[in-house]
Amino acid sequence: MKQTLIALVEDKPGVLNRIASLFRRRNFNIDSLVVGKSEKKGISRMTIVANEVDRRKRGNIYFNLLNLVNVVAVKDVSELACVTREFIFIKVHAGPERLNELNLLVKKFGARIVDMGLETVIIETADEKEVIDELVEALQPFNITEIMRTGKISMRRGRTHKVLSEKINATAEEVNWQPEQIHTYHN
Amino acid sequence: MDKRILTGAEIIWECIAKEGVDVVFGYPGGAILPAYDALEKYRDKIHHVLVRHEQGATHMADGYSRASGKVGVAMATSGPGATNMITGMATAMMDSVPMVCITGQVPSSVIGSDAFQEIDITGAAIPVTKHNYLVMDINELADTIKEAFHVARSGRPGPVLVDIPKDIQNQSIEFNYPKSLIDMPGEVKPPGATEEHLKTFARMIEEAERPFILAGHGIIMSEATQTVIELSEQVNIPIGTTLLGIGGVPASHPLVFGMMGMHGETWVNQAIQEADLLIACGMRFDDRVTGKLENYSPNSKKIHVEIDPAEINKNINVDLPIHGDLKTVLTQVLPLVKKQDNRPWLQKIDGWRSDSKGKDIIHQNTDALMAAQVIRKIWEGTKGDALIVTDVGQHQMLEAQYYEHEDPRTLLTSGGLGTMGFSLPAGIGASFYEKDREIWIIVGDGSFQMTMTELGTAVQENCNINIAIINNGYLGMVRQWQEMFYNARYSETPILSPDYVKLAGAYGLEAYKVEELKDVIPTMRKAQKQQGPSLIEFIVEKHDVVYPMVPTGADLHQMIERPLKESNGELTQEKKESIK
Repeated sequence: MKQTLIALVEDKPGVLNRIASLFRRRNFNIDSLVVGKSEKKGISRMTIVANEVDRRKRGNIYFNLLNLVNVVAVKDVSELACVTREFIFIKVHAGPERLNELNLLVKKFGARIVDMGLETVIIETADEKEVIDELVEALQPFNITEIMRTGKISMRRGRTHKVLSEKINATAEEVNWQPEQIHTYHN
Repeated sequence: MDKRILTGAEIIWECIAKEGVDVVFGYPGGAILPAYDALEKYRDKIHHVLVRHEQGATHMADGYSRASGKVGVAMATSGPGATNMITGMATAMMDSVPMVCITGQVPSSVIGSDAFQEIDITGAAIPVTKHNYLVMDINELADTIKEAFHVARSGRPGPVLVDIPKDIQNQSIEFNYPKSLIDMPGEVKPPGATEEHLKTFARMIEEAERPFILAGHGIIMSEATQTVIELSEQVNIPIGTTLLGIGGVPASHPLVFGMMGMHGETWVNQAIQEADLLIACGMRFDDRVTGKLENYSPNSKKIHVEIDPAEINKNINVDLPIHGDLKTVLTQVLPLVKKQDNRPWLQKIDGWRSDSKGKDIIHQNTDALMAAQVIRKIWEGTKGDALIVTDVGQHQMLEAQYYEHEDPRTLLTSGGLGTMGFSLPAGIGASFYEKDREIWIIVGDGSFQMTMTELGTAVQENCNINIAIINNGYLGMVRQWQEMFYNARYSETPILSPDYVKLAGAYGLEAYKVEELKDVIPTMRKAQKQQGPSLIEFIVEKHDVVYPMVPTGADLHQMIERPLKESNGELTQEKKESIK
């Protein structure tokens, strides 16, 4: 299973650069990284998916991220209950004669057609990775010409601990630092 | 208090002075001109040292910091001034040295336009700094510099760069130095040891029959010398040090057995391999101390006390990881530890030590002057009490083996990055703190030629340093690897030196050349009497090899030792076979 990390980072210039540089420098394999504004001004939330199975190396990624000055908090959610989604746009070259067929397929996957030209159709969906993979597979006969896909975003199920609600310094409680994390990664 | 309207340039110096820094190493240039212009007003508070190359400025700040424990400060202009600092920042980064580098930047309005002497130094410096800042708003300047000093010295220390565009230096604002830090939500606070940790710690010591302490740089950074010694004495645990741990524990202490690793003592490496408990104190299991990872100390349980959580379980899996300040953790565990004897274990290590001592070069008669003998004489001639700065290579390893350090911060050396050219500037930097202690810079002929341009700085500042060039006409450590692992093909390792005595003469220095063992001490005496810098060139055996050595890929205890009868340092056929 891949490693999924949720990180809270300060919204400052160069932060993405620092994280990308860290993964390159430490020879960690990164699958995807998605970043956007959080509920707190000046703080962004990231979902990072790393391709590491070795627990020791996973711990190393976690602590190296945490060590970055602009990284406020990190949580490894790989083994926690989360809702996860990826988003995709798929453009297919299909004339009106195949529209019915296409509509059925798109509905079956819970996706939507968001643009229809004379020769092209753009389909979108937000779903778990596996479902999106299946959709792409199913659309192969329709002559796919473009795919635009985001990385994974994750959110833990259940109560939000008062992480960012009051003061950003009060992060230690949940998402941020837990001393037992070293043990968590220890074999 | 009166309102003080200051320029950005003035604020830089105000902040530096407020942080307790009284010396800055730097080099002026276009984008940092406003700061240098403002320096005139701060002459009474800050001494500026004009270097000859910005790399020198960073090594000087580094040396000053290693000697003093304070944050060293280096300053340079944009573009080439800033890029020249990269090696120095990387050196400090690898060895956790607190340092603040301030660079000028092109005006903020032209950033990104490839303006004259523009470089994205904050981008380029990401991998070689703990953190860095580009100040785009004068309102943030003072806070940023304050934060930079805090980041440099807190947690695991490291270099921090602050890049300040020229227009920001020229703008004016009301100056208030923040009393406390502004929010640093990303700061990692080491949780320290839990009660459970401490109990396990004590129990593991109690259960061990062959415990061993690995003493790293963290002992010096955490000022834990006394605590480590107490722990060691209470349970009779032998101690081995890393290269940067040298001085962290007194070499003459009966439980201190010497350096570990590639060129460490055979008995220390043997002890590590046979130990049943390793207590790693502020060190990071670098490849130069572990040998082949798979067979590293295979039968031991391991405790790791470390300030940087990313170093725990990085190379070696440990049984008890503790993320915390070394001194605090050891102080907490001491009352829980029961007195123990461990005498059979100590005797065993002592036995290995006496086996290997006979093979040591300083006990052999040689025709040529050996580098090891020179370093041993420097130890004698300074009563082991000098501040030694070494460069990188054979002389560095020999220093670690033959100069016994009693106090922390008396050996400054580039361990992690292995930066040739480090010693002269680092020694100059250290001389601005260590005014009473004798300073000796031990440097190879290859290393010296990398930064000998800083002789000018040493003379201009009249630094009290003694330079000992160990000249063997080769890039000795590379030559050694070529001899051992590349069938003695000496590709590009013979190196020409200038006449160092004449070179020193060109700077107005009196210098000396020594070719015989009997002249070492008398010449040292002359150099010691000299006010300001002095230089001695020692002509040593060209083909010597640093023993013992763990070849790359070998287990830590599989060391090659110096063959007993060996006249010219060439390996005997038998030895060559054993390496293969």
